[in-house]
Amino acid sequence: MNIAQQLPDALTTPLDKIDVSDARLYEQDAWRPYFERLRKEDPVHYQADSQFGPFWSVTRFEDIVAVDSNHEVFSSEPTIVIGDLTDDLPVEMFIAMDPPKHDVQRRAVQPVVAPRNLADMEKLIRSRVIDILDNLPVGETFDWAERVSINLTTQMLATLFDFPFEQRHKLTYWSDMAADSPEISGGQADPEERMNALHDCLQTFTQLWHERAGKEGGFDLISLLQRDPNTADLVERPMEFLGNIILLIVGGNDTTRNSASGGVLALNQNPAEYEKLRANPALIPGMVSEIIRWQTPLAHMRRTATRDVEFKGKQIRKGDKVVMWYLSGNHDDTAIENANDFIIDRANPRHHVSFGFGVHRCMGNRLAEMQLRILWEEIMQRFSFVEVMAEPKRVRSNFVRGYKTLPVRLHAL
Amino acid sequence: MPTITVIEFNGQDHTIEVQSGRTLMENVLESGVPGIDADCGGACACGTCHCFVAEDWQAIAGEADPMEESMLGMRPDRTETSRLSCQIQVSDAMDGMVVRLPEYQM
Repeated sequence: MNIAQQLPDALTTPLDKIDVSDARLYEQDAWRPYFERLRKEDPVHYQADSQFGPFWSVTRFEDIVAVDSNHEVFSSEPTIVIGDLTDDLPVEMFIAMDPPKHDVQRRAVQPVVAPRNLADMEKLIRSRVIDILDNLPVGETFDWAERVSINLTTQMLATLFDFPFEQRHKLTYWSDMAADSPEISGGQADPEERMNALHDCLQTFTQLWHERAGKEGGFDLISLLQRDPNTADLVERPMEFLGNIILLIVGGNDTTRNSASGGVLALNQNPAEYEKLRANPALIPGMVSEIIRWQTPLAHMRRTATRDVEFKGKQIRKGDKVVMWYLSGNHDDTAIENANDFIIDRANPRHHVSFGFGVHRCMGNRLAEMQLRILWEEIMQRFSFVEVMAEPKRVRSNFVRGYKTLPVRLHAL
Repeated sequence: MPTITVIEFNGQDHTIEVQSGRTLMENVLESGVPGIDADCGGACACGTCHCFVAEDWQAIAGEADPMEESMLGMRPDRTETSRLSCQIQVSDAMDGMVVRLPEYQM
């Protein structure tokens, strides 16, 4: 690495040179001082020049809530990541639509992740978690990211889609390909491989859709889309169909997966909190929220201004990209006490911005919490310590905050 | 001090003393009655303080504004009587009001 490739110094670099879209900040886990400085000195920050063009960064908790709640001024169209869509695959998804179209499509799939249905799913999830944990080696180093986090969330996705179980690894692969493009998030996917993967995804789901058509009673996401009059013909609109499939895959995959790894890392970095957990496993539900805050599996969401607007003293122009840095909002000391600390028994642990706010608030938030709760309940039944053996390898992306590997060793109870 | 009756989804009812001028959400949270999450802290931005206002009391509790409407619209269990409790400012006129809590918040 030569000098030019090194990250600029967070404290001495001129404000206008602080570019938090640089995916290396997340790959190197170096983001903290940059956002701390922006929150303090320039909380609504204009970045005139970046790999993704000019954009605004919103970094404080309450400002993020304000932008996220105002879908009339801050539109989710055309896309919700910093990078613009590439023309060769113009997918459409409801996360990147405004009301009323957004509401119609979201309502069709929302019931599948409503807590009422989750209760029925809990037993199945628990049995899969138990199966995964019981097959792990004790006393030798292995990759937690692969064998637990990816495995668990992939199984869950296959369940939600009623996807052929033996081919479930494809879901994870498509999810990675969809979210990892250099233009979109500073990721590293090869464009041609990505395109092939997404076409394969579309083809597979189109086939699945037709196989399932006309069958009654299914409660998977495809059956739900088929039953709702507003989305019953979704398959006829391939880019919208693909977009929404990708949305559900990425939404249900990267996020929970990386929180499942992040929790292990956070507890290892905070041994006193791990002690609290051992002494009192009833802390698990609150800890799960804290893990989701601490990890912030999606670092940002982008909006686009629909008109000129003054926001916190800054003049935002129609068409400007406005990026809400959830990762920064979750570390805002003015909204969350001791925001930089991982504290598993916080008084109000659900007060975080990881799920976003407003009409686009995470649809699967209760499912995510349930998966992580069950995971930790079963871990604590089996292992006294999930010990991190080396630094994790992090994903190079300004969107997905994830782990490629997390080497651990298990200690039996 | 006015009182409001809060009925949990399981039918358990609680008559709680409330402070006028504060939101229903804050009053219920302070009472310790479970069933309200209020993740966003009262910004009408998360939908996790959903409740149902008894029909006789709807006029007094008031109508949802467009922003509240858009949040309520995402609830699978939304009904005609749905409100976000963070958007109801308690007043003395609500003395005796009855509010039911939903099966879940999301």
